[in-house]
Order: sequence, then structure tokens, then C-alpha cells
Amino acid sequence: QQMPQFDIKGFDTTEEPNSFEEISGYNNFYEFGTGKDDPARYASALTTDPWAVEIDGLVERPGSYGLGDILAKMDIDERVYRFRCVEAWSMVIPWNGFELRQLLELAGVQPSAKYVRFETLFRPEEMRGQRSPILDWPYVEGLRLDEAMHPLTFMATGLYGKELPNQNGAPLRLVVPWKYGFKSIKSVVKITLQEKQPVNTWKATNHREYGFYSNVNPEVSHPRWSQASERRIGAGVFASRIATVKFNGYEEQVGDLYRGMDLSKNY
Amino acid sequence: MIDALNRALRKVPTWPLYLAALLPPAWYFYAAVTGRLGIDPVKAMEHKIGLLGLQILIASLCVTPLRKYLGLNLLKFRRALGLIAFFYIALHLLVWIVLDVQIPSQIIADIYKRPYITIGMAGFALMIPLAATSYNAAIRKLGKNWRRLHKLVYPAVLLGGVHFVMLRKGWQIEPLAYLLIAVLVLLVRFPRKVPQKRFRMS
Repeated sequence: QQMPQFDIKGFDTTEEPNSFEEISGYNNFYEFGTGKDDPARYASALTTDPWAVEIDGLVERPGSYGLGDILAKMDIDERVYRFRCVEAWSMVIPWNGFELRQLLELAGVQPSAKYVRFETLFRPEEMRGQRSPILDWPYVEGLRLDEAMHPLTFMATGLYGKELPNQNGAPLRLVVPWKYGFKSIKSVVKITLQEKQPVNTWKATNHREYGFYSNVNPEVSHPRWSQASERRIGAGVFASRIATVKFNGYEEQVGDLYRGMDLSKNY
Repeated sequence: MIDALNRALRKVPTWPLYLAALLPPAWYFYAAVTGRLGIDPVKAMEHKIGLLGLQILIASLCVTPLRKYLGLNLLKFRRALGLIAFFYIALHLLVWIVLDVQIPSQIIADIYKRPYITIGMAGFALMIPLAATSYNAAIRKLGKNWRRLHKLVYPAVLLGGVHFVMLRKGWQIEPLAYLLIAVLVLLVRFPRKVPQKRFRMS
């Protein structure tokens, strides 16, 4: 096992990013099938234009926001983030997009809102995986409001300066780099601000294995995978595992959000 | 036609099966090292060889029902199928240990802490005495006990099927289909005691 060598400079990790082919060819997106190459094979069936995001709940300006109108108001930035899947593999990904905070401010968050609930598109005609009941569709994820407003929390619209491939969650997906990958919900069509903690899909499927917080944490063991180390995709057949870092290396940035919380209970 | 097939099969030697069995893992390894096995070659190798092991194990359990219901005699190939299945499952374990998990303490922790791995290991452990007593002298020496001992393949194939179901997230169709087939090839071995009532109902 090796210690990972990296720094977070500004928002970016200093590690070498994975190739476009790796990032767009190895995906968990059960809406298109459960195999890692199913999304790359089948996601081209998805129509991403027109696209709108319904923002509702405890917001000042609820409604349907067209993707074009959203993008016109956002500053598109690049973020080279570490990405850690709960299955104990990892990548480094250069995303393009904007901070979720900007989008939430567009709709105006009411003071009583405490959580953000996200929903993926449900369109089984185009998303063949949704024709089988592997998960309770549509896919749902959630964040606490302070997590959602954190400057690291990102809405990706691109990859390597190109349009986001469908298999990576086009046209708009969440990226929360200090949490396991399944928190970073893809192809978002609905955002709801609410007082109650939303029930995310994986937690609903198996609450012993998947919690609401799902922060990357080598100290909190998972019933299915040890989270102490990870394999970096693309490192080759004989590459050593690398140590997993608490909050996926972003402890300095996000540790304060969880001060005083028992992370083995709030997993 | 079955008779002709049985006669023809009598002339087929079994040794080519052992040689042919070396080809898939050799190809997977070559493909993995040369970047032809997809984006995560370690997992691809681990899963492909493991699945092959389960498939061959199920195939070895089809020999008896094929003879019983179709009169097709593949008995002379059964030992080869069983040993090849054991070989693949051992390789599957080896890839998992050496290339995937790597860290000894984590391997040990995984075996007793993670149910799907515990179950997979138990299935493999049950196959060790079977592989170890697969040569003629052992069969002669153990006599009736050999048949009894080799019934361990029944729990072994079920554990393999359950391991496959559990390692996938959620209830997935492919591993459930394998488990169902494993259950079926075992069920057809046991004579039904009360078939009459059942027939009338249907």
C-alpha cells in the first residue's frame, strides 16, 4: 500500500487526471445497466436537449429552469477533483461546471430550508436500466444545506473542456468530491429545498451499507468493502493499492462541517 | 442418435480438455497486461475467471442429469470439469489476493468480516478435499466414502451462486439466474416422492 502523493491547490488536486477514455468508459450509472461499460454502450439513447431543472420547495423563485438559461448566468470553471467510489476504486477527474451554490442562489433559498434533495431523470424509454427494478427509480440523493453551499460542491456540465458525456450524467450532474461517488447524482432534473433529511436511493435500498452522509472515511468500515485503501483506475495490473484519505483528501476544506459528529454513526 | 453420440464420445480423450482449460486464463492475463481487457483489467480478470469457474462447476453437475434424463453419457469428462472448475476458482482467488486486495491484513479481515467473501471462501474450501481426492487411487481407497465426500460439491456450488448474488449491489438478474440454475441442477438429482397430487393440481 502506498500513501497518495498530492496537494489540493485552490480547488485542484496536483495528481495526474485519468484519461477521457477511462472517465467516460468506466461508470456506475444503473439507469443504463449494472455493468461498468453499460453506460458507455447505452447512454447515447438519452436526449439531453431540451433540458430543464425543476427547483421547488423552500425557495423564493420556484419553477422550471431551462438549462440554457442557467448556463447563461453561470461562470464555467474547471475543477480537477479526486473521485472515490464506495467500491474502493478511484480516479482523478477534470470537471467543467459551476458551484451548486450559484444555482441555489438563482432560485433563492428560504431560511427554513435545511436540506437539498436531488432527483435524476426517469425516462425508461431512453434509460434501459430503469426498465428493471434494480433500484427504486427515480434515483434520489441529498445534501445538508451547508454541504450544498460549500464552494467544493459542484454542478458539472463538462469533462476535459468537452461536453459532458451522457454516461457521466449529462447534461448536468452533481459532484461532491469528499463523498463516495454515488452521492454525486447524475442527469439532475429536480432540486427540492426542504426541512427534512431526504432519503437517498442507496440508503433506502440498504441502510446498513449506505448512509445519508457517505463521507469518504478509511476509519469507518463498510460491510461490503474495506474503505482503508483503494485502487486507482488506470494504474495498471500490477499497481499497488493506495491509502484512502479521510474526506478523500479534503479534510482541511470540509472537516468543520462535521465537527462534533460521530462519523461512525453518521456514515 | 444418443447411442451414436455416446459411442463417438467413448473415443474422445479427456486430456485436451485440460489443455484447453489453460487458454482462457492465459488469454485474460495477456489481455490484461497489454491493455485489452478494459479500463479496470484487475477486476475484469477476477470476475471473468470466477464466473468461468462457476459455469464449469455447474456444467460438471449437469453430467448426472444428462445421463439420467437423456441417456447422454459424459461421465468420463466429469473429473476434468470438476478439476478445471477448481483451477479457475483458485485462480480467481489468487487474482483477488495478489492483484486486487494485496494487503495481507485486509485480505484476512475481508474473509471474516465481509459475508459475501466469507461465503465464497467457504465454497472454495469445500472444493479442496474434492480436488485432493480426484485421482484413481484415492477413489479406490475411499470406496463408498468417496461418493459421500464428493456430495460436498452441492453446498459448494450453492455457496458460489450465493457469493455471486451478494457481491453485486442490489438484486441483479444475472447472478440470480446462475443461482437458480445451480439449485435446479441439484433438485433434478433427488427423486420426487409425492408427484401425483402435484400433477393433478396443475
